[in-house]
Amino acid sequence: MTAREDSMDLICPMHAILDTDGIIRHAGPTLQKLRPDTGMVGRRILEMFEVTRPQGIDCAAGLMAMRGRTLHLRFRDAPHTAFKAVSVPDPSGTGLLINLSFGISIVEAVQDYALTHADFAATDLTIELLYLVEAKSAAMDASRRLNQRLRGARDIAEEQAVTDALTGLTNRRGLEVMMKRLIARNGRFALMQVDLDFFKQVNDRLGHDVGDQVLRRVGQIMREETRDRDVVARVGGDEFVLIIDSPVSVVAVEQIGARLISRLREPMAFDRETSRISCSIGSVFSSDYDAPEIAQLFKDADIALYASKNAGRGRHVFHHQLKPAGTGVHVKDPTNV
Amino acid sequence: MHGLINKGIERFVIDTYGQTTWLEVAGQARLGFTEFEAMLTYEPCLTDRMLATIAERLRRPREAVLEDFGTFLVASPSLPAIRRLMRFGGVTYQDFLHSLDELSDRVRLAMDDLILPQLTLIEQGQGQFRLRCKPGLEGFGHVMVGVLRAMADDYGALAVLDHHGYGEQGEEIAIAIVQDPFSEGKTFELGVRCA
Repeated sequence: MTAREDSMDLICPMHAILDTDGIIRHAGPTLQKLRPDTGMVGRRILEMFEVTRPQGIDCAAGLMAMRGRTLHLRFRDAPHTAFKAVSVPDPSGTGLLINLSFGISIVEAVQDYALTHADFAATDLTIELLYLVEAKSAAMDASRRLNQRLRGARDIAEEQAVTDALTGLTNRRGLEVMMKRLIARNGRFALMQVDLDFFKQVNDRLGHDVGDQVLRRVGQIMREETRDRDVVARVGGDEFVLIIDSPVSVVAVEQIGARLISRLREPMAFDRETSRISCSIGSVFSSDYDAPEIAQLFKDADIALYASKNAGRGRHVFHHQLKPAGTGVHVKDPTNV
Repeated sequence: MHGLINKGIERFVIDTYGQTTWLEVAGQARLGFTEFEAMLTYEPCLTDRMLATIAERLRRPREAVLEDFGTFLVASPSLPAIRRLMRFGGVTYQDFLHSLDELSDRVRLAMDDLILPQLTLIEQGQGQFRLRCKPGLEGFGHVMVGVLRAMADDYGALAVLDHHGYGEQGEEIAIAIVQDPFSEGKTFELGVRCA
């Protein structure tokens, strides 16, 4: 081996010297390492490698004409490692000096060929690149695991939540917990089932963003019109439930209902849009039952709510005002309360 | 303190002394939880309390605990990534020592919020070196003694290491390579197939 080849092997361990016929006259140590069972010297380069870009290079003369251009090569046999290459006229001969690099195929290549530090030139950034690939994938793994754990924790938290995320009101689960507690200590309370009227139209006409703002505003009004010890819950899209703890009288609950109806009727302005809704209310008193049960209370409040809607929007109906068997419903006009 | 460091200490205690010991440490150090997250950041006082509790429970000086932790980082099969990343530093143990100057930059390239003290290797000839750790992470020098010892083993080099205490410029470690290499060491290939 000449001193020049020695130097080239150190600086470009993946180079090859070709003669004018495209026959490999010398192969750098790392290039040769890729096919340990096949002596590269003496073989035609185009027999071993296919030029994938530029296309149509299938003879030594074609290769010679590509001097100075970036070439893309690929091993013809497996593993079909891809390379980037550039060739220049061989300074000491008539052939070509071609230098190869792995390019992006490096991550597979180091695995396929069990390459080590010694296989790369000291100035080659491959080692740094591989370091980064490993360090980044270790960091990504840790991030992914953290994300999975956080997602699990969020799912559990949502499952256990007693608050409605949109309005900050109590949700159905929280409502049932409160009602059980009230019933367990023989508390007296009124259950008001409130459905928004015309909310669907607001959603359709002004979009969900405005719809969400309306729901938040409704929640706020309901809190303002009740006391701290009362419960305001959102139990469905536009369905709310109020639990009035130890109401002073039927009239007091009627007044709450009347104020709600009147305040929710006021137009709400959001940016340039104005929404107009109203609400229908059906109520029951726990004191109307010997042993109040949550399911029964909801059922009767629903019946009252249904009657209220049938009587026209913006009404408040008490279950005890309804005649048995649901005939000849008497509905009090809320404006007269 | 970066969660990765805390998580490493947690892993070290669990793998070396068992889950029960770790849960006791977490309780006694009033961490408020039993598992660190590698990708979050924690108050430095948590790490201090945790290390003090470990040292107290194991009846070992804090420095010795940190050194064992350093060895664990490299030698433990449960954290193969660290040993591999260190081995990217060079072909021989000497190459590796020279790569330590870049360690904090390399680490920051991979995780920009993990700041390690700058290391400087000073060559003194005949296999004698001094490694200076800039201040900022007290006890980092002791961890590095453990790391350097385990890496010498990995490279098959025989090195004598000595922590020279804390000075104005930080901590200093004396390194003497007695023989390099005295045995084959472990192999290191740049690419490993993931299982």
